[in-house]
Amino acid sequence: MKKAGGRIYTFLIFLFLYAPILVLIVYSFNDTETGSRVVWGGFSLRWYRKLFEDRLIMEALRNTLVIAVTAAVASTVLGTVAAIGINGMKRLPRRIMMNITNFPMVNPEIVTGVSLMLLFVSAVRLFGGRSLGMASLIAAHITFCLPYVILSVLPKLRQMDPNLYEAAQDLGCPPIKAFFKVVLPEIMPGVMTGMIMAFTLSIDDFVISYFTSGTTQTLPIYIYSMTRRRISPEINALSTVLFAAVMVLLVIVNVRNLKDQSGQQKEEV
Amino acid sequence: MKSDSKLLSAPYTVWMTVFIVVPMLLVGYFAFTDKAGSFTLENILSVGQYSNVFLRSIWLGAVATVISLGLGYPFAMIIARANVRRQNVMVMLVMLPMWMNFLLRTYAWMTLLEDNGLINSALAAIGLPRIHMINTAGAVVLGMVYNYIPYMILPLYSVLTKIDKSVIEAAQDLGANSREVFVKVTLPLSMPGVISGVTMVFVPAVSTFIISKMLGGGGNLLIGDLIDMQFLGSAYNPNLGSAVSLVLMVIILICMGIMNQFDDGEVGEKGGMLL
Repeated sequence: MKKAGGRIYTFLIFLFLYAPILVLIVYSFNDTETGSRVVWGGFSLRWYRKLFEDRLIMEALRNTLVIAVTAAVASTVLGTVAAIGINGMKRLPRRIMMNITNFPMVNPEIVTGVSLMLLFVSAVRLFGGRSLGMASLIAAHITFCLPYVILSVLPKLRQMDPNLYEAAQDLGCPPIKAFFKVVLPEIMPGVMTGMIMAFTLSIDDFVISYFTSGTTQTLPIYIYSMTRRRISPEINALSTVLFAAVMVLLVIVNVRNLKDQSGQQKEEV
Repeated sequence: MKSDSKLLSAPYTVWMTVFIVVPMLLVGYFAFTDKAGSFTLENILSVGQYSNVFLRSIWLGAVATVISLGLGYPFAMIIARANVRRQNVMVMLVMLPMWMNFLLRTYAWMTLLEDNGLINSALAAIGLPRIHMINTAGAVVLGMVYNYIPYMILPLYSVLTKIDKSVIEAAQDLGANSREVFVKVTLPLSMPGVISGVTMVFVPAVSTFIISKMLGGGGNLLIGDLIDMQFLGSAYNPNLGSAVSLVLMVIILICMGIMNQFDDGEVGEKGGMLL
């Protein structure tokens, strides 16, 4: 009896979580002239065709990817180096650094967004230069990605045996080489987690981009302008494509993890 | 590694100073100056006119948090009790919707809740009266719960799986019934997860501005909408907007401070790692 109740509850929660997404997907195949979101007019791929012919969406997608790749790589490099520095610090400076790192994660996103907007607008007013656009977006994205990179690299650094790096140097390895040969392989899982997190956060970000983008369109910003006009099922097609992309990515990551695990098990044997 | 490592964090320190510390100081500067740049308290004082907006945001955010906790806690328990394979699948299914942009997820609810939307069409089809759902405070709460409930379920789940089963068995052996076991053992031991979940739902819910715009129509203005209007909207006034942001930050910090009173100090890290 209790078990059946649990099953029903689980079903209801998943229904709540997935029903809206399913509706979006189903209506992306809807064949209507008017673009109605409710009346079913038969199966068609017309909204997908329209989506890929939409120059603005494709440009927004390109911007989003350029920003995400740049922000992920830059924040990973900057964050990993910073994490090594923070790890070697004494207690008090380390606490100060950790508080600065945690601050943007605790602060409401909208406040981070408007504060960066004030910074960029003031900077343009003081020093001239171009107004908000790709550069300000990339800077903003690096900023909110950095804490996540640092928080995923630091635990790996703490787990590492500090003698390893010193041993490499005692054996005549120059510091830079010792870093790439000894430290980096040890902390690599943390670095990769940080980079993937930074990439996905950047792709998904709307609030901070909204305040720092000026007239530049990213995909979330474009989606926002579409929802305000509330007409075209193109947006459903776009959601479906994005959802499918996420599913494929997740499957690949999971299959890779499983392979890694079984590989490790074999090595142990 | 110890001697030369301090310099390594210098670029990061500079970056965070320029892009976190300076912007925050700018918010403070704008909040306490007028358009000409001279000192004034007018902005902060006029935030008082919007106390109804603040109260509405806090109220709706709190309702959404309580509903998320009420729905999420039993669900986290169900996941934690399943076998390991099932646990992994269920956790993944909880996380999957979060990978979809929240604008799209909220847009999906617009389709469902509209006066001519799917739910109302279904009701009409079986002969029931239509219900007006979109552009109400209830729709805003629904949107908040829908978007943020994974942030409640995941920290609760991670705490519940870590509870030592022998502690619960010990309580049962000593004669506690299932209600007593829950109230006296499971619930107290899961408090760090409750606190972490409540914070992770309440903070974004209070400061949201898109959900209220999309599902709440014009009549359910929240703090986030107020800030948006001052910076990018018709009521352009960054000085007032900064003052509102400052007050919002103070409210959030006070709430976090209160929550941390119940906290043993390590929850923040756990919650952060889950994201």
